[in-house]
Amino acid sequence: MSKAHDVLVDPLFNTNPIALQVLGICSALAVTTRMQTAVVMAVAVIFVTGSSNFFVSLLRNRIPSNVRIIVQLTVIASLVIVVDQVLKAYLFDVSRQLSVFVGLIITNCIVMGRAEAFAMQNPPGLSFLDGVGNGFGYGLILLGVGAFREVLGAGSFFGWPVLALVADGGWYTPNGLMVLAPGAFFLIGLFIWALRTWKPSQVEAPEA
Amino acid sequence: MSASRSGARYTLLFSAIVCVVCAVLVSSAAVVLRDRQDSNSELDRRRNVLRAAGVLGEDETVSAEEVERRFASFTAVAVDLRTGEEDPSFDVSGYDARRAVASPDLSRAVEPNPAQVTRVAHHAVVYKQLDADGRLSLLVLPIEGKGLWSTMYGFLALGADLNTVRGLTFYQHGETPGLGGEVDSARWKALWPGREVFDDEGDVAIQVIRGSAGPPEQDPHRVDGLSGATLTSRGVSAMLRFWLGPQGFGPYLDQLRKEVRGEQGA
Repeated sequence: MSKAHDVLVDPLFNTNPIALQVLGICSALAVTTRMQTAVVMAVAVIFVTGSSNFFVSLLRNRIPSNVRIIVQLTVIASLVIVVDQVLKAYLFDVSRQLSVFVGLIITNCIVMGRAEAFAMQNPPGLSFLDGVGNGFGYGLILLGVGAFREVLGAGSFFGWPVLALVADGGWYTPNGLMVLAPGAFFLIGLFIWALRTWKPSQVEAPEA
Repeated sequence: MSASRSGARYTLLFSAIVCVVCAVLVSSAAVVLRDRQDSNSELDRRRNVLRAAGVLGEDETVSAEEVERRFASFTAVAVDLRTGEEDPSFDVSGYDARRAVASPDLSRAVEPNPAQVTRVAHHAVVYKQLDADGRLSLLVLPIEGKGLWSTMYGFLALGADLNTVRGLTFYQHGETPGLGGEVDSARWKALWPGREVFDDEGDVAIQVIRGSAGPPEQDPHRVDGLSGATLTSRGVSAMLRFWLGPQGFGPYLDQLRKEVRGEQGA
């Protein structure tokens, strides 16, 4: 029980895939200009990491070790295509905004990282939880970055106006940096700083 | 176990099974969801035609049925861009001009142009709205062209005089959010209705300028540029010039004008 709890909750703050392992940065920069896209992306990644971990773990004792990476990738790619197709059918507008980034979940290092590092050694149930936990860890950062970027960059939250924009006769001038990728870099950097101040054990020893 | 697991036969067999299972999964998802996806993109196209025509508000979200109802007054017509003639025999349902551009049989290469359009499909689908007497009251043309980062796809709606803009909309682009991305903002699009695309000589005159243009009555051929997005603004000018010109809908518009004059003469 406690192990299940650990694999699910640890990736949120203790071993966060973005903040500690610094994986999955590309999509974290790309899909976080709006909350809506960030939420859908987070859900998609949670689904893919959870189920890919589950299936890879089911197969773990049968996968020939010399082709294991390819097999993992095949499983992940299939799941991602299914997610992409479902989004196109049921969430057309969001899927258009996410464009290629749904497909690029395949190359998200978090997914394959967990399949190789965890699912290959652990039973399916636990692997599933580990995948879901890491998906949530990724999603958490995405939502944090998305919240700042949408509010400061567009004056809205989930599309609802929260700051009156100068363009609409208000007082707030949107911060252009926030809508560009570098804005997300700064935010992720600040998050990592905050997290490591809170949990000093994550601070890496200086090299040499 | 471990000996058989590393054997070539086992590896091949295992890989084959994984491939087949995954292939079945992926193709069934694609087949099962195909109809829904197609109707989504058709609905999206119609929504954008309505937006360009000003029949659907920018921020208005309406049900699929409501889109159908409002769209009922429009007729999709295929235009052969090589001749400028309408082609009633052409089946417009399911036709995708963007797919046709990839096929040498269905499209042609065009001369280098500022809009950076490289190929044009032989057929384009335009949307006509007729008034009670059967005369053209609104014409919606599909347009596309390069901005800074991406190809921008949109619709231009012209009034009965085939000169006055009724609306302009972009439904797909990858321009910088907040800068060039403002091409699809309601505020910028609201600047378009009332502008005139042709000058007195019949040449394409509409352009997006740097800075601010006057109101449509005083300054009919110019539109405010997008601040911080010179290249996107230029792209919009170039694409209007291209699609209203001889390689785009120019010949078709000439044809329509002749028809209108013919009717008035008769």
